[in-house]
Amino acid sequence: MPKVVIDEARCKACAFCASVCPKKLIELGGPINQLGYQPAFFSPDREGECTSCALCAEMCPDVLIEVFREEKAS
Amino acid sequence: MKQVFKRPETLIKTTTHFCPGCHHGTVHRLVAEAIDRLGVREDTIGVAGVGCGVFLYDYLAVDVCEAPHGRAPAVATGIKRVNPEKIVFTYQGDGDLASIGMSEVVHTANRGENITVIFVNNSVYGMTGGQMAPTTLLGQQTTTSPRGRDFHYDGYPIRMAEMLATLEGVAFAARVAVDKPANLRKAKQAVNTAFEMQAKNMGFTFVELLSACPTNWYMTPLAALRRIEEEMIPYYPLGIFRQRKAADYL
Repeated sequence: MPKVVIDEARCKACAFCASVCPKKLIELGGPINQLGYQPAFFSPDREGECTSCALCAEMCPDVLIEVFREEKAS
Repeated sequence: MKQVFKRPETLIKTTTHFCPGCHHGTVHRLVAEAIDRLGVREDTIGVAGVGCGVFLYDYLAVDVCEAPHGRAPAVATGIKRVNPEKIVFTYQGDGDLASIGMSEVVHTANRGENITVIFVNNSVYGMTGGQMAPTTLLGQQTTTSPRGRDFHYDGYPIRMAEMLATLEGVAFAARVAVDKPANLRKAKQAVNTAFEMQAKNMGFTFVELLSACPTNWYMTPLAALRRIEEEMIPYYPLGIFRQRKAADYL
């Protein structure tokens, strides 16, 4: 399961999430959704770099992003 | 995997009618989180003013009443006086609260009604097509100030939070912005504080949130974020202008 899950069907491509990601792991220009926008998507091959800081989710005006963090093995 | 960010339960999962980059969604989330935090979803009544925020009832899982343009604080006064145990808040824009609703909000604040006012200041009338509001910045072009706002004709932008902070009935008056994560965090604290103070019967609480309207600013969403920082915050300073410490003011 990816650390960042974006509801791409509802995304309006404002790019707030991509602009605040400190590692630039979110890109725009996914396949056009039903609203007519090219949504943001999380780069799956660079997932290891994500620190789950959740800044993208904080900034998303439509609250479409869920963020997960791996639990440390005790 | 542990979830570190999820949608607040009070915020209904649906597609909003807001334009890309509109901050109404963000402000809705802050209000929803404050309601969830206090655990008062079943005991909260919202009053939406006229503007893009009018569809509050579609997005928040609380009871919402509509008010005529600018009259949300008067309607909220009635609801709160009849149901003093409920948490009552109004959700208003600057075209609603600062122009036609100026009288209502000033007198409601002066009476110290125990309600919370969420004031979304995007310096323009959003829903009606981008006309000049009392909070429109000098020089800003709108459909009714095509050459830019000129103080000779239109006066100066009104700073609502400072103005209301001078009134004795006000328990909390703050201005915050939602343009970047650091400011968002302070905005969240301010909204939480306002709802908490209402729950403690401390009096009138007011939070002004500087937000973007990319469509009526004729800007891209990212340029609108920069405008908040570069043009709005210098004129509308952020901060807490009044905060009552104790509830025993009477």
